[in-house]
Amino acid sequence: MPRLARRVVPGFGLTLGYTMLYLSLIVLIPLSAVFIRSLGLGSAHFWDVVTAPRVLASLRLSFGASLIAALINVTFGLIVAWVLVRYTFPCKRLVDAMVDLPFALPTAVAGIALTALYAPNGWLGRGLTPLGITVAFTPLGIVVALTFIGLPFVVRTLQPVLEDLDREVEQAAATLGATALQAFVRVILPALWPALLTGFGLAFARAVGEYGSVIFIAGNMPMKSEIAPLLIVTKLEQYDYAGATAIAVVMLVLSFALMLGINALQNWALSRHGAR
Amino acid sequence: MAHAEPPLRRPPGERARPPVQPGRVLLIAAAMLFLGLFLLLPLLAVFTQALAKGVSAYLAAISDPMAWAAIKLTLWVAAIAVPFNLVFGVAAAWAIAKFEFRGKSTLITLIDLPFAVSPVIAGLMFILLFGAHGWFGGYLREHHIKVVFAVPGIVLATIFVTFPFIARELIPVMQAQGKDDEETALSLGATGWQTFWRVTLPNIRWGLLYGVLLCNARAMGEFGAVSVVSGHIRGLTNTMPLHVEILYNEYNYTAAFAVASLLALLALLTLAGKSFLEWRQPELRRAGSHAQGAGGNARGAGVGNARDRTVREKS
Repeated sequence: MPRLARRVVPGFGLTLGYTMLYLSLIVLIPLSAVFIRSLGLGSAHFWDVVTAPRVLASLRLSFGASLIAALINVTFGLIVAWVLVRYTFPCKRLVDAMVDLPFALPTAVAGIALTALYAPNGWLGRGLTPLGITVAFTPLGIVVALTFIGLPFVVRTLQPVLEDLDREVEQAAATLGATALQAFVRVILPALWPALLTGFGLAFARAVGEYGSVIFIAGNMPMKSEIAPLLIVTKLEQYDYAGATAIAVVMLVLSFALMLGINALQNWALSRHGAR
Repeated sequence: MAHAEPPLRRPPGERARPPVQPGRVLLIAAAMLFLGLFLLLPLLAVFTQALAKGVSAYLAAISDPMAWAAIKLTLWVAAIAVPFNLVFGVAAAWAIAKFEFRGKSTLITLIDLPFAVSPVIAGLMFILLFGAHGWFGGYLREHHIKVVFAVPGIVLATIFVTFPFIARELIPVMQAQGKDDEETALSLGATGWQTFWRVTLPNIRWGLLYGVLLCNARAMGEFGAVSVVSGHIRGLTNTMPLHVEILYNEYNYTAAFAVASLLALLALLTLAGKSFLEWRQPELRRAGSHAQGAGGNARGAGVGNARDRTVREKS
């Protein structure tokens, strides 16, 4: 067998060929259809569609609410990851497993469950409404749903990094007289930046595109609580394919640009803090 | 002086702890409050709402013929979509983990692409391709093939949305395993397929199951993408999540939550299975991308290792 000398393990052509074919058929060609279709709109029409006040409002809401939700998740995700890695307490394994619930629970189920909780007569809504806080059917409800959806991302990106963190550095900081807070801000946090950014980016990207959990709790009022994915669906139901495609392209471009930006930022943070 | 104050240094066997933890209780409380509010309460709400009108109403709701049709369709769609992505996942992981080629990291990024696409846009893509005014719309109409607003569209949308799951889990697992076992089998005279079935597959079986589990959970629960392409025809193109929506919008809350409770049970089973697999093979927790996350660093490290290995082999 002369080929053995060059490449012992067979199947390179077959597996790579199949991978490329399948990737093209399922992902690349359908995705390019959206872009090619939008080219057919003509730049003037495209611009008119995406700068319509209702579209701009929905994009602002989608990206704004996702930003707030991702920031909430960064804050509490850090606390949850910290608690799960550093402390022991009853039912810790169960709590750890439950963190993945938003990955496993269908979004529609999450949507109706959160709505039931925060509706004026729901368990939480009953307590919040007298305080003048309405969550369900307002942009606040959207933030709640998007926080739920993005919850595991920050925790799961931080956990391995926290586990690997060298505790001697913290102890050295403590020995040198740093308070716990100083040690955290000066020693631990710098090492966590890249993972925090990754978690933030993943939670944000997921939130921007989210549909199922949001539409039940949002109220879906145009200009007020209508997210961009819902507007795409609305346009499709009105057979306005051009409008739906234009919004889709804007969303895709913004999400891809965002992911690239966060990747670049992450690489920069990695190189600056010289993590291994 | 240090000898005079014994508690400063602990015996080496004892686990080192920061001396005082004033924030410990506070932090645990904050974490539990957050998780209780966002995870536990919604889950409890699903089951209490489902059983709000008693067990008989619950049973009636899930034995309704339309609910059954939705359950059956959901199972069918997952039974088609998951194997498609399984074959792809194995092929992609084989190519990426066992060989070096140019553009590998680009390929990995492209495999992750569906995670960055809104499910609604995923549905829209297939309407633009196969819908009445789509690229292939005319051809499909002439040949009386229905893709959009029919089961094939639902399957396609589901395949797209769950596309990266299995590949994403298998790539790091296969990279960690290297190709020494395969090379041994081949040098002993096994054919490529024999090597795959008898050596590679047993090696990756836990990782494979892990990927299938996560892929299946998303396939059965997908809402946005399926909603766009389904057409919501009751009894025909209604999956379980879509059926939940219809019932909910008809103010039939008990029935909606009853069907939802089945999906919640599926989610809990998925989490239990996931924990079991992570207990069997702890590396899965870290090597895996956790479906959609954490890939960045793990991936970089994995590719690096593979590269080191080839360098070693060449020298």
